[in-house]
Amino acid sequence: MINVKKGASYFYLGLVFLFLYAPILVLIVLSFNNSMSRTVWGGFTFKWYLNLTSNDDIMAALGTTIRITLSSSILATILGTSAAIGIHYMKKRHAAIMLGATNIPLLNADIVTGISLMLLFTRFTPLGEFSVVLAHIAFSVPYVIFNVLPRLQSLSEACYEAAMDLGATPTYAFAKVVWPEIFPGVLSGFLMALTMSLDDFTITYFTKGAGVNTLSTMLYTQLRKGIQPELYALSTILFLLAFVLLLVINFKGEGKKEVAK
Amino acid sequence: MNNRFKTSFLAAPYALWVLICTILPLLYILGYALTSSTGSFTLANLTAIADPVHLKSLWLSIKVAFLTTVICLVIAYPVALILHNLKITNKGFIVFMFILPMWMNFMLRILAWQIILSNNGILNSILSAVGLPTLHILYTKSAVTLGMVYDFLPYMILPIYNALSKINDQVIEAAADLGANWLTTFTKITIPLSKDGIISGIIMVFVPALSSFVVSNLLGGGKVLLIGNVIEQEFTLARNWNLGSGLSIILMIFVILSMSIMNKVDDSENGGMLV
Amino acid sequence: MKKKLLSFFSILIFSAAPIISFTGCGSDAEATNTLIVLNYGKYIDADVLKRFQKETGITVKYEEYEQVEDMYAKYKAGSINYDVICTSDYMIETLRKEDELIPIDYSSLPNYKNIDKQIVDASAAFDPTHEYTVPYFYGTVGILYNNQMVDEETVSSWDALWNPDYKNKIVMINSQRDAMMVALEKLGYDINTTDKKQLDEAYDLLCKEKKYVYAYLQDETYECMISEDAAMAVCYSGEAAMGMEYNENLEYTVPKEGGNLWIDSWFVPRTCKHYDAAMKWIDFMCEEEAATTNFEYVWYATPNTKVAAHEDEETLADETVFPTKETLSRCKLYEAYDDETLNYTTNLWKKLKAY
Repeated sequence: MINVKKGASYFYLGLVFLFLYAPILVLIVLSFNNSMSRTVWGGFTFKWYLNLTSNDDIMAALGTTIRITLSSSILATILGTSAAIGIHYMKKRHAAIMLGATNIPLLNADIVTGISLMLLFTRFTPLGEFSVVLAHIAFSVPYVIFNVLPRLQSLSEACYEAAMDLGATPTYAFAKVVWPEIFPGVLSGFLMALTMSLDDFTITYFTKGAGVNTLSTMLYTQLRKGIQPELYALSTILFLLAFVLLLVINFKGEGKKEVAK
Repeated sequence: MNNRFKTSFLAAPYALWVLICTILPLLYILGYALTSSTGSFTLANLTAIADPVHLKSLWLSIKVAFLTTVICLVIAYPVALILHNLKITNKGFIVFMFILPMWMNFMLRILAWQIILSNNGILNSILSAVGLPTLHILYTKSAVTLGMVYDFLPYMILPIYNALSKINDQVIEAAADLGANWLTTFTKITIPLSKDGIISGIIMVFVPALSSFVVSNLLGGGKVLLIGNVIEQEFTLARNWNLGSGLSIILMIFVILSMSIMNKVDDSENGGMLV
Repeated sequence: MKKKLLSFFSILIFSAAPIISFTGCGSDAEATNTLIVLNYGKYIDADVLKRFQKETGITVKYEEYEQVEDMYAKYKAGSINYDVICTSDYMIETLRKEDELIPIDYSSLPNYKNIDKQIVDASAAFDPTHEYTVPYFYGTVGILYNNQMVDEETVSSWDALWNPDYKNKIVMINSQRDAMMVALEKLGYDINTTDKKQLDEAYDLLCKEKKYVYAYLQDETYECMISEDAAMAVCYSGEAAMGMEYNENLEYTVPKEGGNLWIDSWFVPRTCKHYDAAMKWIDFMCEEEAATTNFEYVWYATPNTKVAAHEDEETLADETVFPTKETLSRCKLYEAYDDETLNYTTNLWKKLKAY
């Protein structure tokens, strides 16, 4: 009975994962397709992978994407984490106002956020890579805050107080008591900010300066006349890299935990 | 208390940030929403929601977003439960497996759905190979809903999973010890204790689904006009930023209203939060 | 373990600092020797772009857009000072009426003589005094069809799109102006009509068509036709040519009622800060070698008369790429709508989509 139930659970999980990963499989297959059209199978080829590094435009877009994504998500994590701590210790009414404002970027359609930020930036700073970083921070900070806050709320106040009573400085108590508890929230907030930034098109498109191209904006302008298959190859590599990185981090962490036990 | 007050200043940089990068742009949009193309004050852009075309697309958006939310919830709850019950140590890994697909560009993934769902696509090839009738899904409302479920499912699974993992297992054991069967334990304990997660999930799926326009652009074949598409087209095709802003302000008010209704249902203290 | 993660995190933060400062500068320091170009996506051969920079020493910041309307929104916001832009006829007319164009100094374009006089004359529809534009590519709007599913006779008229036999096999063009044009041609009206009654009639006709339409597409039409998901599609000639490369059953025709001739041209907007460089750019686009390379990449009809010498018989005889005189005689250019008509048709289009 238990085995049947377990089997059914695994089967169900498998189906859901298939649903989530089916399009990715299709794209991986496309990256080996020896045809510029995505609906024709022109035979197996490795050439898109080999051509990849010699394609200056794609490499430049990749560099821009990495710079924008990393800097915006790191800044958003710092800003968001300190904001979450601050909000947590605020008076309730103030906290409610802050949270309400934090929700705004999540409520707006992307195009509205994009155009309104463009209007703002045009007044104060020339559009370039930097403006895109600012825009990305704007839409990813809420994710960080909302990942960190629940961690703070489930934090036992007593532990922190106890540490203080035992003579710890606030900083020391924070590092030893609060930080370890909220860290998973910070990390998942960071990862979400990273993912959102990597995936965004609309807001990037409107806030970027001349000649700045990320992988997303590059893809979009290619819809009209067919996507360069090199981009499928690059996406596959990025995806597999993230996958391997996750595996490594996870199993390394597991190994250490086991030892610690 | 004094300490608390001092700590709350950690939010000061963010408060400044919100002022500049959230409130100010919002004022720009409000400015457009309340003026006509000649610059004079008007409420016409807000009342324009009563236009039959806009009402129709708003209603369609609500229907699609609602359906998406329900399907996501039905799929996600068992997933979160199974993940929670898995007695394996690397749960974090499985959770990240749900975020991982987002590392493949969104538009590419939706394009892949086109390839899967089209008339001569992968799905129909499989169906006809096993002798089943083929389906006409691509460029219909069903395709749009499917695309949205695909896009938002992780946002439903993760908060529910988080809520479940906060439940103290001893409570469940206690219920069992007191003679409650599996179903009673589930309905009386597991579901109420995971309510926060369910509500966050519902909001995190419903809200973006309501204003989404990219999925309907790519999988709706231009035949499914959601309110998000109307807003987008006012900003681009129709070059009417005033109307686009007006409609998006209305949509925002609508979203805030539905969120506060959801939060009424959720009687916990942390109202107004998404996650 | 926790401690390690913490230190890892702080390393991340510190390593980010140089990245951030790196992105901060350089974005606004515009040297005089740069040129900001805005063009449709994938509308130039990368080698041409490289050669231009090498030969002139001008650094090009090359921007792309997908839809004319995106371009307009971005240009109008004034966020970037574009030096030279390529876009479609009626959008140029709109911008000209809004006084956004700067005259071109044709005397500084030695290669301008390569451009076909006929296309220049046709440009009068959007540039009547001929002082603002230089044609880049042109083409028609017609029907791309699969000859295994539809016979030539059927698609010789726009009526084919209202044929119930092809329910869910018809791809309509996702562009309000082009869709309107199709309905107006079928009704026998002028494609530039501003008569609301005629426009309403066209709208009713399009509503009737909607139940047969598989999808309204603009960009991926050819993919849909290659995979034989649809039997016929209203699309641009260049898109058709691309589809025909992959599926030999595909053919293209401009129905007998007539269609639209479009011309994408270069112009200099008021935001231009590097006029001389912009002239060099436009001239370079007219150069024999560059135009040939571009043509072989884009496969739309080129107005450059020197290109023909480099192409074989088969290409030159390809009526999809180079419309015949007879076809052109049936095609008209769009004229920009006045604000009222634009609003009116935009509304009809929105109603059609919600229908």
